[in-house]
Amino acid sequence: MYDGAVQSLIDELGRLPGIGPKSAQRIAFHILEASESDMIALADAITDVKTKIRLCEICFNVSEHKVCAICRDEHRDTGLMCVVEESQDVIAIERTRTYNGRYHVLGGAINPIGGIGPDQLRVRELLTRLQDESISEVILATNPNLEGEATATYLTRMLSPVGITLSRLASGLPVGGDLEYADEVTLGRAFEGRRKLGETL
Amino acid sequence: MKSLKKPLNKTPRKRSRGSGTYIAQSYRTHGIILRTYKLAEADRIIVVLTADHGQIRAVAKGVRRTTSKFGSTLEPFMHTRLQLVPRRGMDVIAQTETIHSYGMMLTNDYDTFGAASAMVETAEQLTRDDDGADGATQYRLLHGAIAALARRAAAPMMLLTSYLLRALTVAGWAPRFSECSRCGIEGTHNWLSEPMGGVVCDDCAPPQTTYVPDGVVLLLQALLVGEWPTVDQAQFADTRQATSFVAEYLQYHLEKNLQSLSVMDQG
Repeated sequence: MYDGAVQSLIDELGRLPGIGPKSAQRIAFHILEASESDMIALADAITDVKTKIRLCEICFNVSEHKVCAICRDEHRDTGLMCVVEESQDVIAIERTRTYNGRYHVLGGAINPIGGIGPDQLRVRELLTRLQDESISEVILATNPNLEGEATATYLTRMLSPVGITLSRLASGLPVGGDLEYADEVTLGRAFEGRRKLGETL
Repeated sequence: MKSLKKPLNKTPRKRSRGSGTYIAQSYRTHGIILRTYKLAEADRIIVVLTADHGQIRAVAKGVRRTTSKFGSTLEPFMHTRLQLVPRRGMDVIAQTETIHSYGMMLTNDYDTFGAASAMVETAEQLTRDDDGADGATQYRLLHGAIAALARRAAAPMMLLTSYLLRALTVAGWAPRFSECSRCGIEGTHNWLSEPMGGVVCDDCAPPQTTYVPDGVVLLLQALLVGEWPTVDQAQFADTRQATSFVAEYLQYHLEKNLQSLSVMDQG
């Protein structure tokens, strides 16, 4: 056991994901020895993120303002909406630089065994948005696992009567992989979603 | 002079027993994936009901990465062949192969998905502390039920209810619908009681027991033995009552609420 402040720092660090007692001790001593200005900056960053960041009122992405930068951007296509599970997924899609619409963050996926159903997600908010805004296409970008697929199936059932074009992200072979190691379902999907060559989109 | 003894090429020393995925100690089995838990950055704990080893919990490393070799083989409801390496605590999954890809057939329909979720949740509860004797029967029952759901052999709720009755029978909570569960008088009785374990006759029925029409009792009998022609002809109101009784009966004896059932009620 170390003296008060050092031990409490180790205990706090040890509660972070992926950090065990030894790593916590190593990081704590690094903080102790590092320059004061750097570590104050780290402390400020943590304080800021807990006090300033909240969820965007429109799309529920993390944001510093009431309405996030993506929802405020007037150059974006307001007719397109991409439904994702988590805020991290928004960043992943933004990195591709191929999508120019808006988002809706559900906050998870339907998982009956885990007790997560439509009421625990932001499905009602999604339906309200579809009524108010002029959206022509909804892209379902939930994870390509079973829960994500089930969420997409549920949303399809809810949204088809609204009369909006619905689409689902394609699934297929990962770039940088080998065909022989692809699992049956993925390979099967890749066949279903194959493209004609020699045609311009 | 220590440095002279070191070999020049720095190949890592051969791993000792007990680390890595040493295939020689591994064993093979196959089973239905019940559920998964996230573990660390990209791993998952997989709960499997196997054909010959009962319920197993095993670690699948790196399964959440898009380039993982496991891909869809370890998603819930999948029937998968597994190669496992025993470790202290939990086994590690080395290789997998899909036998039947039920998962993707079940997610096409929301009600089917809900029924399948309730099935695997029940199977997980019933086989949790199992030594393997009942496990094989529970496995065959679950596999049959999931396959029937994937084929759309009957209404999802009816398949689920029938599965629940039979799974409880295997687990030792057999309900009785053709004789009074207290005094054993044969015949059609219309009082349904969860604590008594099925129907009870007029004399045995405790106060506040539910009274149901003949149709519900006949439907419950048919569901227990799998008489599908009778089930298919059942009235909608009767199926509702039978389903809710079986759900109550299950949760009474498991002493636990089934999350899937309450989530599916949301719509």
